[in-house]
Amino acid sequence: MTGFGALLARDLRLVWRRPGDVMVVLAFFVVATVLFPLGIGPETNLLARIAAGILWCAALFAALLSLERLFAADYEDGALDLLLLAPWPLELAALAKCLAHWIVTGLPLALLAPLMGLLFGLSGDGLLAVGLTLLVGTPALSLIGGLAAALTLGARRGGALLALLALPLCVPTLIFGAGAVEVVAIGEGFLTHLAILGALALLSLATLPWAIAAALRQAGE
Amino acid sequence: MASLHVLANPARFRRFSQRVLPALSVATALALAVGLWLALVESPPDYQQGETVRIMFLHVPSAWLSMMGYALLAALGASLLVWRHPLAALMARAAAPVGAVFAAVCLLTGALWGRPMWGTYWVWDARLTSMLLLFFLYLGHIALSRAYDDSERGDRAAAILALVGVINLPVIKFSVDWWNTLHQPASVMKLGGPSIDPSILTPLLVMALALLLLFVVLVLLRTETEIDRRRLEAAEMAL
Amino acid sequence: MTELEVTGLSCRRGGRPVVRNIAFTLARGELLALTGRNGSGKTTLLRALALLVTADAGVIRWRGADVRYDRDGWHRQIAWLGHLDGLKGDLTVAENLATACRLREAPATRVADAVAAFDLIPLANRAVRTLSAGQRRRAALARVVAAGAPLWLLDEPLNALDAPSQAALRTTLGKHLAAGGLAIAATHAPLDIPNVRILELGP
Repeated sequence: MTGFGALLARDLRLVWRRPGDVMVVLAFFVVATVLFPLGIGPETNLLARIAAGILWCAALFAALLSLERLFAADYEDGALDLLLLAPWPLELAALAKCLAHWIVTGLPLALLAPLMGLLFGLSGDGLLAVGLTLLVGTPALSLIGGLAAALTLGARRGGALLALLALPLCVPTLIFGAGAVEVVAIGEGFLTHLAILGALALLSLATLPWAIAAALRQAGE
Repeated sequence: MASLHVLANPARFRRFSQRVLPALSVATALALAVGLWLALVESPPDYQQGETVRIMFLHVPSAWLSMMGYALLAALGASLLVWRHPLAALMARAAAPVGAVFAAVCLLTGALWGRPMWGTYWVWDARLTSMLLLFFLYLGHIALSRAYDDSERGDRAAAILALVGVINLPVIKFSVDWWNTLHQPASVMKLGGPSIDPSILTPLLVMALALLLLFVVLVLLRTETEIDRRRLEAAEMAL
Repeated sequence: MTELEVTGLSCRRGGRPVVRNIAFTLARGELLALTGRNGSGKTTLLRALALLVTADAGVIRWRGADVRYDRDGWHRQIAWLGHLDGLKGDLTVAENLATACRLREAPATRVADAVAAFDLIPLANRAVRTLSAGQRRRAALARVVAAGAPLWLLDEPLNALDAPSQAALRTTLGKHLAAGGLAIAATHAPLDIPNVRILELGP
C-alpha cells in the first residue's frame, strides 16, 4: 500500500500547492446554484421544492468540470508512464487518483451544499439529507468521471466529450441523491435512498478501477 | 502470423458477407412487406388505442433492437479487448450508429404515440426516459470512437465504454423505474406467457424479425465500408 | 551472462508495422544503442520492451522468464526515462525524486547520490517548473539513477543536455554498467561510451 499512499499524498500535495484550482470549482458550484433563483424567481415554496435537484446537478457539473485535469496533467508531463511502470496494480493507482479527487472536490461540495440549501429555504432534515447524500454519492461521481477522464485522454473535444460520457452513467446517483431530499420534504426518512446511494458507490468501486486502469493502459500505447 | 490475422480476417469476412448479403436483403424486403401488411392492414384496431396501436409495431421492435444493439457493442468490445480481434472494432464502428438510429426511431414513435394517447409528445415516463439515456450512451460511444486521430485508440476506448455501459444499463433502468412508474407494465416478456392477443402478437413478431434482418444487413454493409476505409487509410499512410 | 533476451518482437502503429522482427540479447555490463532515423520505431521499441505498448508478436525474456507473466516484477527491474521528463512542476527536485522512489515502493537511499551525480544539489529545493529544459532533463536522469534498477531504458537521454551534463551522464552510465547494470538507449547522437553495441532500426 505504500505506492497507493505515495500517489495519494503526491496528488493532495499538488492540490495544496495550487489551492486556486479547487476554489474555482467550489466557486463555480456556488455561482451556478445562485443562478437558479435568479432565473426561476424568488418564490420560496418553489425553490425549496427544487433545491435538491439544483444542488445535486450543480455538484455533478462542478465535479465533472474538475475531472478533466485528473489524468490529463500526468498524461502531458509523462508522469502517467511512471504510474504505468510502477510495480503495483494500476487499478490501485486509479483508485488513489479518484480518492484524491473526492477529498478535494466531493468532500468540500458535501460540506458546502447544506449552506447553499439555506438559500433555498431547506430546513433541518432537508439540509442534513443534502449533505449526507452528497457525502455518500460523490465517490461514485469521482469514479465515473475518472473513467470518462481516462477514456478521453488525448481525444479531440476532451471536455465536452467527458461530460457526454459521464452524465448518463451518473443518472442513478443523481436520482437517488436528489430523491432523498424530496422524500424528506414529504416527511419520510431517507435511509433507503442513502443505502442505495452507498450500494451505487460500492458498485462503482468494484467495477470502475479496472475500467479506468484499462483506459489508462490504452492511453499509454 | 499476426499480419495474416489482421488482413485475412476482414478479407474472409468480406467474402462471407458478399455471399450472404443478396439473400439477406431479399429476405429483409419480404419480411418487411409481410410485416407491414400484417401491421397496417390485417390486424384489427385496438379497442382502447384505436388505429394508433399500429405505431407499436414499429416502436416495440425498435426498442428491442436498440437494446440488443448495445449488448452487441459490449460483446464486440469484449472480443476486441480480450482477443484483440480487428474485425470486432470495425463491426462495433458499423453497428453503433445503426443501434442509435433504432433508439431514435423508438423515441420518435413513442412521441407520436404519446400525442393522441397522453395528449403530449413527451412524458417523463420511465421506459421512454431509459430509452433516452440509452440513446445518450450510443451517442457517447459514437463520439468517443471517432474522437482520436488514431482510430485504433478510439476503438479500444469505445470498447471499454460499451462494457461499462452494459453493466450500468440495468442499474439505470432500475433507478429510472424507481424514479417514475407511470407506464403500463411490460407485457410481452411477462413470465407465464404473453398476455397480448395473437392478432396483435403475430404482426409484432413478424415486424421484429423484419427489423432484425434489416439491422443485420445494415451492419454487414457498414462493416464492409469500414474495412474499405481502413484499407484506404493504410494505403495513404504507406504513400 | 545474458540477462535480457528479445526474440521476434514486432509492433504496429495505426495499422502500419513500425517495429519488425527485432531480436537481441543483452548481458550484464552491456549498453545497447538504438539508432535510426526519425520514425524508425526507436521509441515504440523501448515502450514495447517496457510493456507500455502491446507487441503483436515476439517474446521478451528476463533471466529466462517471459516478462508478460510477471508485469510488476519486470517493472521493478526497469528504470525509465521517456521523451517526456515525468516530473511534477509544482514539486521540488528533491520531492520529485522521493515521490518517484515511493511510487516504485523502493527505498530512497540513492536519492542523495543521484542528486550529486547530476550536479543538482543547488537546485534540489527549487520547484521543477522554475528550471530550464536541460536542468529538468538532469533531474529526470537523477530519477533513473535513484530508482536503483538493473536495466535502464532511456529515450534520447542526451536531449537538452549541455557538455558538462553529457559528461556526467557518461560517467554515471559507465558506473552503472561497471556495477553489472544494463542499459538500452534510443539516440540519434553517438553516445561516446566504450563497448556500446548498436542496433540500427530500419526506415
